[in-house]
Amino acid sequence: MISNSQLVNKYFRHNKKFPHIWCPGCGIGTILGNMLRAIDALALDKNDIAFVSGIGCTGRAPVYVDFNTLHTTHGRALPFATGLKLARPELKVLVATGDGDATAIGGNHLIHACRRNIDITTIIFNNYIYGMTGGQYSPTTPHGDKASTCKLGNIERPFNISQLVEAAGATFVGRTTSYHTLQLQNIIKKAILHKGFSVVEVITHCPTTYGRINKKGNAVDMLKWQKEVAIDKSRADKMEPKELEGKIVTGILIEKQLPEFCEQYDNIIEAAQNLKNSKPGGSK
Amino acid sequence: MTQTSKTQNLPTPNNHPRITIFSDWCKSCGICVAFCPKEVLAMTADHEVLVKAPEKCIACHMCELRCPDFAINVEEHATGPDSQKGELQ
Ligand SMILES: Cc1ncc(C[n+]2csc(CCOP(=O)(O)OP(=O)(O)O)c2C)c(N)n1
Ligand code: SF4
Ligand code: SF4
Ligand code: SF4
Repeated sequence: MISNSQLVNKYFRHNKKFPHIWCPGCGIGTILGNMLRAIDALALDKNDIAFVSGIGCTGRAPVYVDFNTLHTTHGRALPFATGLKLARPELKVLVATGDGDATAIGGNHLIHACRRNIDITTIIFNNYIYGMTGGQYSPTTPHGDKASTCKLGNIERPFNISQLVEAAGATFVGRTTSYHTLQLQNIIKKAILHKGFSVVEVITHCPTTYGRINKKGNAVDMLKWQKEVAIDKSRADKMEPKELEGKIVTGILIEKQLPEFCEQYDNIIEAAQNLKNSKPGGSK
Repeated sequence: MTQTSKTQNLPTPNNHPRITIFSDWCKSCGICVAFCPKEVLAMTADHEVLVKAPEKCIACHMCELRCPDFAINVEEHATGPDSQKGELQ
């Protein structure tokens, strides 16, 4: 296994950008590190990867790594990634996005990317809150939990991201936590190899905003919580819905093959060219 | 700031994994200490990670995988206290 020093030497823009801006104990660095280990295990060339993000603490991730990177605007990582993938289909396109970025301002882009089945791997860092801007509630903040914009408790019910993207048509859906690093690496590896739109939802912790306002303790306490509530799909499948209350099912939740968007687009180009060529007076 | 600028390179018994803390990057979150299965690590009163029992390390790499700051390194089969293999070139 690649050590942290080797990882830093190989993948990071380490001379300019470190230590990174994330708070002590924040899960974002852990997820990024394990994503890089997954990429390393697949022996992908750095130049064949495009890593795209929007805005937020999560959105900072591409700033630190030596891939082709795009740090775009809030909520719009997927539109940029879609254009990039269509123009350069040979690239492996990865997106890092926060729960706010992906499901609030970018929610529409997310569901349509799922529906199109474009070959992009989207990693959603779900920390249940807007970290960067000071802890406003997001579409995944649990009902009753607090945020700086709902100090008496959230009256909205949260999205279950994995169910949302499944319903929207994602052909690969995996979920894990920032505690379960080996599972995280495995799921990301499979998501990258999957042909089509893949989503990896990673439950993570923002000790600074969500943790503090909801009295969830420090990063260590929040990781212990992730360890407690996670339950692997293989076990969850044998349990009653009642037993699963308050649990988070982890593992590969959906994996299926359907026609991919760029390939279908190529077919349309070919069909249009054939049509043009077959018409009287059409170019040969 | 490079990863080597200040490291805490503790003497390691031969043939045991060498654990290096990159103090300039470590934010003292305590994650490596809390989840080490063998209680190899400890946090000092000055919030520095101390490798208190290197001989117990089983090189499971969990501290490396969970450290959010890439500030701990575990090098297997280190041969002596002056090995620099794990460091930044
Ligand atoms: C168009 C636009 N609206 C609002 C913002 C302010 N803003 C920046 S980051 C952010 C939300 C961050 O939350 P999330 O996406 O969950 O990421 P996190 O910081 O938690 O990783 C918001 C609202 C912005 N930058 N641009
Ligand atoms: S505010 Fe929260 S999400 Fe942002 S870096 Fe700090 S702990 Fe991480
Ligand atoms: S490699 Fe494993 S046993 Fe060794 S210090 Fe790290 S967590 Fe502890
Ligand atoms: S996990 Fe990393 S940043 Fe946190 S105390 Fe350990 S070495 Fe330092």
